[in-house]
Amino acid sequence: MFRRALLALALAGLAVGARYQLGTPITEELAAQYDLRPVVLPDGRGLPPGEGKVAEGERIYAEKCASCHGARGEGYPFNRLVSEPFPITPDTEPVEYAIGNYWQYPTTLFDYIRRAMPFGQEGTLTDEEVYHLVAFLLYMNGITEADTPINQKTLPTIRMPARELLDLDPETKRRFPWLTLP
Amino acid sequence: MDRRRFFRILGAGGLLGLLKAKAQGLPWTEETFAPTKTLGAPLSEYGERSPFEAEVVRYISPNLRTRHSGADFAPLERLEGVITPNGLHFERHHAGVPQVDPKYYRLVIHGMVERPLVFTLEELKRFPSVTRTYFIECAGNGQNGYRNPPDPNLTATRSRGLASNASWTGVPLALLLKEAGVKPGAKWLIPEGMDAAMYTRSLPLEKAMEDVLVAYAQNGEALRPEQGYPVRLVVPGWEGSIQVKWLRRILVTDLPAMAKDETSEYTDVMADGRVLAFTWVMDPESIITYPSGLQQIKPGFHEIRGLAWSGHGRITKVEISFDEGRTWREAALEPPVERYAFVRFKMPWYWDGKEVVLWSRAWDERGNTQPTREEFFKKWGRNNRYHYNAIQAWRVLPDGRVVNGDRPLGGQASGPAGGCGGEVFDV
Repeated sequence: MFRRALLALALAGLAVGARYQLGTPITEELAAQYDLRPVVLPDGRGLPPGEGKVAEGERIYAEKCASCHGARGEGYPFNRLVSEPFPITPDTEPVEYAIGNYWQYPTTLFDYIRRAMPFGQEGTLTDEEVYHLVAFLLYMNGITEADTPINQKTLPTIRMPARELLDLDPETKRRFPWLTLP
Repeated sequence: MDRRRFFRILGAGGLLGLLKAKAQGLPWTEETFAPTKTLGAPLSEYGERSPFEAEVVRYISPNLRTRHSGADFAPLERLEGVITPNGLHFERHHAGVPQVDPKYYRLVIHGMVERPLVFTLEELKRFPSVTRTYFIECAGNGQNGYRNPPDPNLTATRSRGLASNASWTGVPLALLLKEAGVKPGAKWLIPEGMDAAMYTRSLPLEKAMEDVLVAYAQNGEALRPEQGYPVRLVVPGWEGSIQVKWLRRILVTDLPAMAKDETSEYTDVMADGRVLAFTWVMDPESIITYPSGLQQIKPGFHEIRGLAWSGHGRITKVEISFDEGRTWREAALEPPVERYAFVRFKMPWYWDGKEVVLWSRAWDERGNTQPTREEFFKKWGRNNRYHYNAIQAWRVLPDGRVVNGDRPLGGQASGPAGGCGGEVFDV
């Protein structure tokens, strides 16, 4: 009933073009100012300028990440970032789900580190620092070489081994036939 | 059982119970039964529950690595009816509970829209409102079911308490989107929270236009801070982790974000090795809350009580088996039976004092039901972390103790690896 009522409301609105005239219009520039840690989409939109270097990433990692994720990403007390096998299998224990063997999109790394790391000091990393960390972590996971440049252009093109395993939930496929995974 | 015999049993149980209480020397006397002779407590501005109920609390695992990113469980077997009281609604957050002053609250909608807009809380409340009862269930609810051999000390709380049910009031997200004017080509919304982790997920526009609420009230009062005060998304029937709390921004776009919590978490490892993304809809669930794990019962009359729900639609039937699935009897559903909401099921039962295993399974209007553990793991991986909805068995022992009746699976020992359930076991 709620759905029908909502649909009726929406249709009635469309018919007369009525709006409630609530809310304050803002420019997309102002909205961008409120976009403090912009969403990074899998095609690279949202990535800032800058470039990551493995050596720099190693230094920042030791200082800001190692106390939670282990000196070389082996984990403890928090999530393991580097693990075997590549990619995971149904027999791999969840504690072994790490970046190289389970994360499916390289852009997620940038988005998540900038958005939510380090735990307890979220939002303190500069874009440049995030790029360095992404470069280091991809290198540590054997996804990239030590000299692979990580930037706006290259990051979205990096192929993650776990992407091959990823499929859409059948119920989601049924309900949203247009939906595909990037 | 014929009615008369039924009532005779009831009467006998009541009287016997009273006599037994006296025989056991419980401190009940005529004085304690007399009304109080002094004035009671005065009026109070915000009511608190009785101090005798102080032990009814959410369950927080002692094994958590942090209390700022994790979950706690609603004490299902201590609750009646279908509404979860606000102070007992399960919690799940990723960087603690932010304190948001509603004076400074804003919601921004931008991206592929004709008119980027910013709303105050007051403006959101001026829109036509909707109040509906919906469950919210963590995708990791049931996670303890992945443990093998099963946990003998499992309770209903730790089995299925990462789910709660409340009456939510808010503005349909469709109205806000219409106000902003969604541009052709837009397919996705990326809602973002104002917690320290600025939690984001991807939500298809179609679902938002259907029934998603931008909610500001929970059971008649403002949302509790741990439920997203002042404003959260309520996405009926879908996994809790997409129902972004402390909502500050919605980006309208043409691609999903593939955020951390829809790729490296909240994806499902299946038995065939595939990893499924966007497993949004919560499959049917039921849990017998009485009698349930670690409770103690006596021979005689009992009302079996439990909760059922499904993200696919209305619950049509709940069945109880007393013989591990060979035969099933239909339980009564207490009205109203609402879509995407908890339903209370009940069955009168006379326990004869013999060991018995109780199973329950829910059916929804799309014909879905719950698998047995064995059936579940044919499809879902043993090392998956989410969407466990296999039948929960409770074994009533001859001495009246109730324990986990789930069967061991054979093969490797395994246990939940933390995740949103937050419980870490050494296996």
